[in-house]
Order: sequence, then structure tokens, then C-alpha cells
Amino acid sequence: MTVTIDSPRASTTKHHKGINLEKWGWVFMRASGVLLVVLIFGHLFVNLMIGHGVKALDFAFVGGKFSDPFWQVWDMLLLWFALIHGANGMRTVINDYAHNRLVGVVLKSFILLATIVLLTLGTLVIYTFDPCPAGSPADLLPSFCAGV
Amino acid sequence: MASAVAAKSGPIAHGEVPTFPVTIIIRRFDPEVDKEPRWVDYDLQMHGTDRVLDALHKIKWEIDGSLAFRRSCAHGVCGSDAMRINGKNRLACKTLLKDLDVSKPIYIEALKGLPLEKDLIVDMEPFFDSYRAVQPFLIASSKPKDGKERLQSAAQREIFDETTKCILCAACTSSCPVFWTDGQYFGPAAIVNAHRFIFDSRDEGAQVRMDILNDKEGVWRCRTTFNCTDACPRGIQVTKVIGEVKQAILRGKP
Ligand code: HEM
Ligand code: SF4
Ligand code: FES
Repeated sequence: MTVTIDSPRASTTKHHKGINLEKWGWVFMRASGVLLVVLIFGHLFVNLMIGHGVKALDFAFVGGKFSDPFWQVWDMLLLWFALIHGANGMRTVINDYAHNRLVGVVLKSFILLATIVLLTLGTLVIYTFDPCPAGSPADLLPSFCAGV
Repeated sequence: MASAVAAKSGPIAHGEVPTFPVTIIIRRFDPEVDKEPRWVDYDLQMHGTDRVLDALHKIKWEIDGSLAFRRSCAHGVCGSDAMRINGKNRLACKTLLKDLDVSKPIYIEALKGLPLEKDLIVDMEPFFDSYRAVQPFLIASSKPKDGKERLQSAAQREIFDETTKCILCAACTSSCPVFWTDGQYFGPAAIVNAHRFIFDSRDEGAQVRMDILNDKEGVWRCRTTFNCTDACPRGIQVTKVIGEVKQAILRGKP
């Protein structure tokens, strides 16, 4: 015999208004993870492997990269995706371990604050970096400074 | 006791199952006496065909009758004797002693993450609350024709076949680190049993269940650690099943 349950049965559906942070956070962790593999390993490869390897790292090397629009965009993406990915990951960990609501809110506020400060400072550095500070010895500066 | 052991360890007659010594260390807890659980050792002589459940029976029936644990069917059907055996969630009635390393003591304790009541018994109510919350029953408004049953093809049935096998033993849910730290999480077993109906072609409540599991404490809390898949005595690929529910929620339909 089949039993049919009569309607109306009140469904317990909670319709999520607006965006579901948990769902999109989950999707973001995966999407940014894929992107970070390319960004992080590309970064490590260029800085540590090709050319003179780790010995090539100095002010001139970094100054040179920050003067190249390609690396400015690369480092911006790396900065924003890694930081937001890391911050959202830490948010998950806090949701796991902070049993007290207030402790959780305080810790998450710190993370939000730290992320905003680091994103602001990092973006400023990438776009306002002066590779040729006046009055510095020429041998420490990128080669193109001579022409400036 | 000692004479029984001596008699058993004599020369093995033809067809007799060989015996071996084994030390079982159980995390005992009597709420009326103990403040904290304590580990107690038992030295036993067991047969090669014995399971952990047989060792527990031997202790309860021959050494200390106060040992408390749940068991009913003794054959992996009822799901009442899930416990932590050497740190892994297993059914005592499906774990052969000879498959464990009997040269070392075997540690047995209650499931983690659920309130301990006595010895190996935990309060299963939080586990069943999550189970109930996903509405684990057929929701169908249509009347099947001519008073017959609702038809389903073999292929339609195959989609959720795996999750019909769950015996609600709680081994998966109580092996999940997210469940240990965040008791609000629905846990793998509830998601497995939601999967059972979400992917059932006869059911009409998929959307309701998917909305419930789209919640803050729903499927997104899963971090893919695979503890649940390792724990399931029914061989259900629990982590894969959770992944299928996540995909269904992202799609918005089963
Ligand atoms: C190679 C690049 C990376 C990949 C592919 C990657 C991938 C992932 C994925 C998929 C998750 C989600 C895990 C889950 O919820 O099941 C995750 C979590 C996390 N990631 Fe990354 N990630 C990468 C780099 C980073 C970096 C650079 C940071 C630090 C800034 C970071 C910090 C975190 C944190 C804190 C978590 C949360 C851990 C947890 O849920 O327990 N990840 N990562
Ligand atoms: S899915 Fe497996 S481990 Fe989880 S409750 Fe069901 S039978 Fe037990
Ligand atoms: S006693 Fe029934 S499953 Fe083990």
C-alpha cells in the first residue's frame, strides 16, 4: 500500500535572502586555489629558478619587477587572491574552534582588519614603488635608472 | 579463569581453532564514581576467529559484568556497536582480532564527539537530531495509478543505491573533525540519508532537503578529510556522496 502525505505540510525551508556566504566561500576557495597554483608557482619559478636563481634577488630585481606592468598585475592578483583566500580559510577555522560567539566575532574582526590593512599597503607598494630613489648608489639600482 | 586459559593453550587438536593472548585496554567511565574516564587493561586468550565484540563479551561475562556497551545483532546489521578501536571508528562485531596487531594492546573507547554516558555508551540523540532534520522519509504528493506502487527504473534506483545501505551507526559522523569541534554541523550520516532521498526519482522533497543542507552548518562545513569514508562499515563512499550533494546544491537540482 502506498501512503500519500497530504499537503499542505509546512516545509522547513529557510529561503536564503541575498547571497549565501558559506556556499560562495566554498566555491571561492576552490576557484582561487586553482588560480593560486599558477600565480604562486609562476612567482617562485621566476624569482628563484631562472637566471641566477635566488642570488639574483636584490633591490634592483624587485624594483625592476615592480616597474613592469605585467608583474604589477601578477603581483596584484597574487596579493588579493592569496590574502582573501587565507583570510576566508582562517574564518572557517575560527568558526570551527571559537565556541563563544563574542570570541568568534572579535577574532574575525581582527582578520578582516588585518586583511584590509595588508591589501591597502600591498596595493600601494605595488603601484607607488619608486625603483630609482634619488641619491642612491647606481650599482644597487635597476639598470634603467641610469637613463632617468 | 587461569585454568581455562591453561587448558586452551595446550596442544592443538585437529580442526581446533588456535588461540592467542591479547591485551585489551578499555576507556572505562562510570558517571556515578569517576570524574574522568580511566583506561583499564584486560588480558585475554582469544581464538583466531574472534571479533572485538567477542573480547568484550568475554570481559563482561567472565571478568567484569559492569562493563557497559551496546550491541544487538552482532552481525553488522543494527549499527549499535560502533566504537573507536585503536583510534579508528569500527563496528566491534565486524572487526576480527586477527586483523589488528595483537602483539600490541588493543585500545577501545567510546565514539568521540557525542556525550559520553557510560564506558562505551554515548548519547546518540544529537546524532539522530541531525538525521531527523533532513526529513529522511519519502515526500510524495502524487497518487500512484490504480493503487499500485510508484515505478522506478533500475538506472534511476542505481543513482542512490549506495546510500540506502546506511545503518545509522554514527561511525562516520563521530569520526569527522568538524563534528568534534563544531557540534552544530549536520555531519556525514545526515547528508548520506538526505542523499538517499534527494536523488530518488519518486521523491518531491529534494529542494527542501537541499535548502536545509545549504545552511551555515550544512554541506559547506565539510572539508573533505575522508575520515567518514574510512569509518563506514557499509563501505559507503561517504565523502563522494557529500560531494554529490554539494554539486546538486550548486546546480540547484538533483
Ligand atoms: C597552491 C595554492 C593553494 C591552493 C590550491 C589552495 C587550496 C585550498 C582549498 C581548496 C582550501 C579549502 C579546503 C576545504 O575547505 O576543504 C584551502 C583552505 C585554506 N587555505 Fe589554501 N590554497 C592555496 C594556497 C594558500 C595560501 C597561499 C594560503 C595563505 C595565505 C592559504 C590558506 C588557506 C587557509 C588558512 C585555508 C583554511 C584551512 C582549513 O579549512 O582548515 N592557502 N586552500
Ligand atoms: S554512512 Fe556508514 S558510517 Fe555513517 S552512519 Fe551510515 S553506515 Fe554508519
Ligand atoms: S551489533 Fe549490530 S551492528 Fe554490530
